[in-house]
Amino acid sequence: MSRSDPEAPKRLALIASKGTLDWAYPPFILASAAAAMGWEVQIFFTFYGLILLKPELDAAVSPLGNPAMPMKMPFGSEGFKEIDWPIPTALMAFPGFQWVATNLMKKTFETKGVATIEELREMCIDLDVKLIGCQMTMDVFGFEREDFIEGCEIGGAATFLEFAADADVSLFI
Amino acid sequence: MNVETNGYAVIPRAHRVLDCTDLLCPLPVIHTSRAIREIEVGQILHLIATDPGAPMDMRAWSRMTGNTLLDAHEQDGVYHFYFERMK
Repeated sequence: MSRSDPEAPKRLALIASKGTLDWAYPPFILASAAAAMGWEVQIFFTFYGLILLKPELDAAVSPLGNPAMPMKMPFGSEGFKEIDWPIPTALMAFPGFQWVATNLMKKTFETKGVATIEELREMCIDLDVKLIGCQMTMDVFGFEREDFIEGCEIGGAATFLEFAADADVSLFI
Repeated sequence: MNVETNGYAVIPRAHRVLDCTDLLCPLPVIHTSRAIREIEVGQILHLIATDPGAPMDMRAWSRMTGNTLLDAHEQDGVYHFYFERMK
């Protein structure tokens, strides 16, 4: 089954292991761009990444333990928007702060013209990106098949490795 | 839009114009990939983009997909690309 055909499309194999809003972007951005160029793409969603396959995405971003995260406001005058607010790490643990950070990031992405995670995931599905949910993670976290979108498949390590063995690019995200 | 010049080349009439103003990565790449399939081989797609990453990205897209970049220029912060569909 080795791919000796030089004309065969390139292959991208991704592992999406994180479920926060910030880390949800890289796999869907790379996958949709590659698939749009005719690559064969598979994303394996494991551990916290698995929730990116739920029908309703409620990915959030936590500034806690994320001290390099820029804190800029998506509204106000240009000068105001440029201020990088120095938020003490201790404040990031406050209840409600994750909600604030998540909404600031979503608003910023929207005003900058970045697609939402939902839109990127929809594009991936339209472009025939294969989305594989990790069976083991489902068992551990107590998920059922119907907890996830119809457009995904369920598999394990061997499923990913079979595809990745012939991939031109493989990334763990 | 009959003729566009950048001082080097005369760009022939584009058969389709794709406006990706205000869209960031990866949307210009995705929309361009779609649009190029909707014109015939030999026809020309004119992409308008404001993503500062577009000059790098769209050249890479051209090399990887084999669709020729006939011309690229910037005017008032707006990037213009002309691709010929090759296959």
